[in-house]
Amino acid sequence: MRPPVRREVLRLSVNGEERELLVRPYATLLEVLREELRLTGTKHGCELGECGACTVLVGGVPQLSCLLLPAQVEGAEVTTIEGLADGATLDAVQRAFMERGGLQCGYCTPGMVLAARALLDANPSPTREEIREALAGNLCRCTGYAGILDAVEDAARSGR
Amino acid sequence: MLRLPPCSYLRPGSVEEAAELLSRHGERAMLVAGGTDLVPKMKRGQMEPEVLIGLGHLAELRAVTETEEGGFLIGAGVTLAEVSAHRRLAAAYPAYVRAAALVSSPALRNVGTIGGNLCVDTRCNYYDMSFEWRQACGFCMKKDGDICRVAPASKRCRAIASSDTAPAAIALGASVVLAGPAGRRREVPVDGLYRDDGQYYLEKSADEVVESVRLPAPGSWCSSYVKVRRRNTIDFPLAGVAVALRRSGPLVDDCRIVLTAVGSRPFDVSAAAAPLIGRELTADVLAGADGLLAEVAAEAAKVAKPLDNADLHYVWRKQMTRRAVEQAIVEAAGRLPVPTGRA
Repeated sequence: MRPPVRREVLRLSVNGEERELLVRPYATLLEVLREELRLTGTKHGCELGECGACTVLVGGVPQLSCLLLPAQVEGAEVTTIEGLADGATLDAVQRAFMERGGLQCGYCTPGMVLAARALLDANPSPTREEIREALAGNLCRCTGYAGILDAVEDAARSGR
Repeated sequence: MLRLPPCSYLRPGSVEEAAELLSRHGERAMLVAGGTDLVPKMKRGQMEPEVLIGLGHLAELRAVTETEEGGFLIGAGVTLAEVSAHRRLAAAYPAYVRAAALVSSPALRNVGTIGGNLCVDTRCNYYDMSFEWRQACGFCMKKDGDICRVAPASKRCRAIASSDTAPAAIALGASVVLAGPAGRRREVPVDGLYRDDGQYYLEKSADEVVESVRLPAPGSWCSSYVKVRRRNTIDFPLAGVAVALRRSGPLVDDCRIVLTAVGSRPFDVSAAAAPLIGRELTADVLAGADGLLAEVAAEAAKVAKPLDNADLHYVWRKQMTRRAVEQAIVEAAGRLPVPTGRA
């Protein structure tokens, strides 16, 4: 029988809001976001780091929330899909996904959009190949990817 | 939701303290840096530490420094993405940087570390499954069972060495610095870190921490890494070949070939490159004209004995090992451009 483990304080910023939570040290960031903060836009797919559905931005960089322990995000700035739109105004990537039909069931979309956002922040004019590489960890079983790549290209154009 | 079993998380103040904690907690404890290998394995009950000893916060593990000898010392906590995007490393050690850039996916490389990749667990279709699957099928000797499910007569575990960076590091003559308790340190060639046993695959004592990787001065070596897998992303290697090549004038002066994912440890098969020594790698030779590359590749791949415990058919994997050796030699010879990875 394992000894009980005490909860620990986790301080981090989520979508620009400072949070202080009491969490299990073995709860993943995915569990913290969905179950403690009720931010269910971050999806759980494989939960093993193989599908990208749970992608969030940590310090602006895509990471897999299903693999991150609280200690790894202590003091970090986390952005989830809920933090991307500015009120009722969608982010350019979100708008392009909608207009280009870069989604069908939508389950991979939050992770896909965040990975694309991080790419465009680092490289505002990516080639199609660079977009493919940046999204290489985000699986989509519906679209066949063409609409997604088109959407990210559109978002890049509209951002220029 | 797949959840981790309860465990505590310790934050040592230094690498030495991490080694001391390992020593104190023994088999109950495991190190965690990026956690990209450990966390899924804990969710599937393949690893069951009660104590995690965190390394991710230790700044001393995160530096890339040039050594006086003209090489590089890379902290074990440097991420695979940082190595992938490091221009001077890419120029000096294309095989190593390429290997790091081919590990899994971009988001995972933003967290996974080079120390973790050297120590990445061996893989097998009978082991990398959920607890419930393994319980239904019957456990194997690597976890909870006593026989090998792939080769029931085998006395040892046949899980597959799956580090991409290890063969590249070995081909480049790299070493690892291992830190133990009480400031004890030793440096061993990367090749010396592994055993041909899928269960006990690391040749390091339980209280040692991989602290850094030392790459020697690149000299005039050129290198490449070729990875075989089903998809060009996410997947672990089904075969991996690192080649380092040195010329003296137009002639090949030395050549190292290291294979991964074809056994339970990386194999240095440089002896197979003997027919290349003293030869000029003309465009004809690289195109396979006189069968020289095929001869070297066939000899190099002799050690590869894939079993039916990974993706795709094992006979195909053996064939592809030969092809990957040829391709890696061609790339190292500079006939094909070696793209550098991106973060």
